[in-house]
Amino acid sequence: MSVLIYTENWDNQFKKLSFELVSYGYSVAKMMNTDLKVVSIGNVPEDQLMILGKYGASHIYQVDDNQDFNDRNYTKIIEEVAKKCNAELIIFANNNKGKAISSRLSVRLNAAIATGVSKLPISVNPFVVYKKVFSGKAFADVELKSQTKIITLAQNSFEISENPQTVNIEKLTVSTEASNIKLENTEKQTGKILLNDAEIVVSGGRGMKSPDNWAPLEELASLLGAATACSRPVSDEGWRPHEEHTGQTGKIIAPNLYFAFGISGATQHIAGVSSSKYIVAINTDKDAPIFEQAQYGIVGDAQKVLPQLIQAVKDMQQK
Amino acid sequence: MKILVCISNVPDTTTKIKFADDNKSVDFTGVQWVINPWDELALTRAIELKENASNNISSVVVAHVGEATSDPTIRKALAIGADSAIRVNTKADDAFNTAKQLANAVKDEGFDIILCGIESSDHNGSTVGGMLAELLNIDSVTGVSSLEIENGHAKVIREIDGGRETLTVPNTALFVVQKGIAKEPRIAAMRGIMQARTKPIKVVEPVATDSFTQITQLEKPVPRAACKFVDADNAGELITLLQNEAKVL
Repeated sequence: MSVLIYTENWDNQFKKLSFELVSYGYSVAKMMNTDLKVVSIGNVPEDQLMILGKYGASHIYQVDDNQDFNDRNYTKIIEEVAKKCNAELIIFANNNKGKAISSRLSVRLNAAIATGVSKLPISVNPFVVYKKVFSGKAFADVELKSQTKIITLAQNSFEISENPQTVNIEKLTVSTEASNIKLENTEKQTGKILLNDAEIVVSGGRGMKSPDNWAPLEELASLLGAATACSRPVSDEGWRPHEEHTGQTGKIIAPNLYFAFGISGATQHIAGVSSSKYIVAINTDKDAPIFEQAQYGIVGDAQKVLPQLIQAVKDMQQK
Repeated sequence: MKILVCISNVPDTTTKIKFADDNKSVDFTGVQWVINPWDELALTRAIELKENASNNISSVVVAHVGEATSDPTIRKALAIGADSAIRVNTKADDAFNTAKQLANAVKDEGFDIILCGIESSDHNGSTVGGMLAELLNIDSVTGVSSLEIENGHAKVIREIDGGRETLTVPNTALFVVQKGIAKEPRIAAMRGIMQARTKPIKVVEPVATDSFTQITQLEKPVPRAACKFVDADNAGELITLLQNEAKVL
């Protein structure tokens, strides 16, 4: 029996979410009194794989796969690894890749699945996890009743912790079918902090009044090492790119700190940001629903408040 | 070419959630039901694709797992522009059960493209699409934000962490779609509403299946502490509070 984690890499480097997953998996494996194993697909160099040992990985299956990411083939690879290590629990990130593989895998392994889990299991026997339902308006304890179980972990919901281990790397080859799906083009975001990874997010809504008013918001984000985001009307109007839209039908995020400038706090927007640890709202309307969600607020015009915040951050950083 | 769109019936986004007395289920009394927002965007895109004659799409069909009480939601999908519907006559109690019922109902219908929204706004599960693709043994692409038909093949953009990929998918496939697939859901016009009354809903009886998950307890989010306000003329104070009190800077 073991707990198996699928760690994603980007250009052969592990992302923060992989360290989060390994830290989480280590804690769950301890609760289950079993071993944590990790699968990595692709040509991740050995020194990168060794880093996973810092967070609790002791056995890493390295599957050399030269194909582009494909839902079906990656499912087959992880199915084989799961069978090889007799995985009782398989954990993925709750992102598009994790969702793609985990849902197919659950059918192959007859495994119960819960996605978007945000805490350590409530109990491991029976196996009960805690997750958001109704887009954050409620939380559910969900029992997974099958022998093999799958969960996906909501990003930024578990703190990275160091649990140093001696790492054993096992190289595997899994045969997969050639796919008819053809990758035509890849566009990578460069030089920007990814919204899902960001610990601080600075977001703007219609109250910013014009796309030309975004420079101070971007300056604040840059000073804080934060990602930028926006509400749905802003992305629909084309003021900001669609990737920045946070909300029910946009990105669901859970940073430590979320600044909402000129965002009124419609239910759909709150559904995407309510897992943030701290919400700070700046809005001219003192009755805006965003203030019911925020721990800190300023009733005022974002354009007048932003320069003061920028100056205060500069002063803080000079101290 | 035939397109299938799987739709879920969910409480309207603004619904206040009330629990039943045992805190294990939701009290749906008085709830307004709507098409799941992501499924509605998927349906909108399917109809847009059909409206372009060069795509040669013969029909857009919606499929739903639910009892007869879901029929108003299905009629809405027909009013928006779907040609016909399939309803599996059972309560959708968990994702695997739902996917299994859908797979059984559509496996012999010869769909070329199947669209599923990335998640439902009630259980926030994100799993039915992938499960359905696996049960039908067809390809799937998850996180699709753009879908075009080119030379009879699907051309899609898939959103990945840190970027996006353009893929050509020549064979039958299921696309799990997300934001961007269509700009806004369609509003049914009076003509569509009238036509929807006569469009067929095929009712399929369920097959026996397992259910692997069970909600054992529901709870409301812990209310956040009251908002602490900082004077707009002294906005810099906010940064001091975030640094010293909240300790997030």
